[in-house]
Amino acid sequence: MAGEKTGEGATGNIQHASSQGLDYISTLFVFMLATFVGLEVIRRVSRLLHTPLMSLTNAISAIAVVGSILIAGQQHTEYKFNLLGLVAIVASVSNIVSGFLITDRMLKMFKKREGNR
Amino acid sequence: MSTWIQITYLISTALFIFSLKWMNDPKTARRGVFAGVVAMLLAVIGTLINPAIVASNYKWIALAVVIGSAIGVPLSWVPLTAVPQRTALSHAFGGLATGLVGVSEFYLSFSGPQLELGHFRIAALCIEVLLGFLTFTGSLMAAGKLQEIVRTRPITYKGQNIANFSLFAIAIICCVVLTIDANYKFIFPIIVFLALLFGVLLILPIGGADMPTVISILNSYAGLSAVAMGFVMDNKLLITAGALDGSSGLILSIIMCKAMNRSFANVLFGAFGQVQVVAANAVKKTAKSATPEDAAQIMEQAGLVVIVPGYGMAVAQAQHVVRELYDELTERGITVKFAIHPVAGRMPGHMNVLLAEADIPYTDLVEMDDINSEMPRVDVVLVVGANDVVNPAARTDKSSPIYGMPIIDADKAKTVLAIKRSMNPGFAGIENELYYADRTLMIFGDAKAVVGNIVKHLTAESG
Repeated sequence: MAGEKTGEGATGNIQHASSQGLDYISTLFVFMLATFVGLEVIRRVSRLLHTPLMSLTNAISAIAVVGSILIAGQQHTEYKFNLLGLVAIVASVSNIVSGFLITDRMLKMFKKREGNR
Repeated sequence: MSTWIQITYLISTALFIFSLKWMNDPKTARRGVFAGVVAMLLAVIGTLINPAIVASNYKWIALAVVIGSAIGVPLSWVPLTAVPQRTALSHAFGGLATGLVGVSEFYLSFSGPQLELGHFRIAALCIEVLLGFLTFTGSLMAAGKLQEIVRTRPITYKGQNIANFSLFAIAIICCVVLTIDANYKFIFPIIVFLALLFGVLLILPIGGADMPTVISILNSYAGLSAVAMGFVMDNKLLITAGALDGSSGLILSIIMCKAMNRSFANVLFGAFGQVQVVAANAVKKTAKSATPEDAAQIMEQAGLVVIVPGYGMAVAQAQHVVRELYDELTERGITVKFAIHPVAGRMPGHMNVLLAEADIPYTDLVEMDDINSEMPRVDVVLVVGANDVVNPAARTDKSSPIYGMPIIDADKAKTVLAIKRSMNPGFAGIENELYYADRTLMIFGDAKAVVGNIVKHLTAESG
């Protein structure tokens, strides 16, 4: 049942008040672990690549597209919520597209000696 | 169905981690981008198959995706000197997205049958909206300053910090009240407004030299607001991906702060570059100047040349002529290295990208810590558009505002050639002792023109 609930996102119903407290704790666990993984992984990123790293994480932080789609896609009593969701999708998708494209464009430029010429 | 969604999200999370892991080496970095793209596709697909989404809404979502792509593609074509602006703009979009989602979530919780957000979620929602909208206006301001639409000099006024702090305190109090009782609905728009306002006020006193740190902090905020969204929506993918972004921004900000020997608080509330103008009242000293021709002759005699690039190189678009100089010198058997200070430029790694664009092999881009031990053996240091990062006052002058900042020890080299427009103190308004040193020769002029002239003299001699 807990799995059912997580899938439903924004308006995720909260019938199981008893399991609710546990869920918060588990999301906090996930946050803590992800942060530690993130810190360890990012620390090893080459300093050469800090600009591409930032544009890559730009694209990754556009994961907000998930929430935007859920808001835009669900049936609401008023259209304005769908509209807000759609604007959020536009903003996130533009970040995803430009973030990944420019990261790749920059990374292509990093060559070793006698790379292409 | 929901199990499949979760599995898709799980794979997506793993790929995001790999994506960042592969960024540890330029050789594998492009694979990292690919992993990131796949991860994002999975995330989107996993969300689209959610049964909560109504079939008739897919066409609207598709339309939004098309519009977003139409904005995103041209944004990826910007010249590399404009990458800091693009990054800031993209943080603004990210902040806007999370902010808008937060607003919808809040009001939806009152209009739907599935109301009741609970204290934890309301608190998370407040953080989401606060960080989202603060990032939105803050990043727009930062982008405006970087693009020089907004005045780039720090804007300060009396009681600025007090005003900012109290504003932030009010926002926090509003969040707390709303968390305790979500029925005070009217507080919510106040939080949104304060966040928008605070974003602007926070960036007003920030000067160009602090931009690398500020962009990193905003990067972190964009990620953290996605995390908060994950808490509200009970979505673990949002939490993990947001946390990865948040920690990336955090690490970059720490590196930037260390590279300037300043604390977070000092960057945000210190108004660097404002106070120091007063400090620039030192006794008039004379600097020795040289012509590009002299410079060419000096460099020809050298065995090891180190080029120190700074923001001035980016402004003058001089990276390509610098590459020509690099070619001319290496053809003569001279070793040429680039010394990169972590805060050179307007965002982390800015110089590396510009030099890579000019086809300079990344193996010749050396970090500050690695080059400094070699400095006494260096024959010629050529400073192109850098200033504070080579100012020996950071080591010697306790009264200097940059005292304690790690610098590239250009002054320890046998000869220093510094290209500069004039003797005016640089961005931070701090006198640079290096320019008056015995071993330093100043070459006045635009970085691009001067380097171009040096190259001309070199080719003329060889041809």
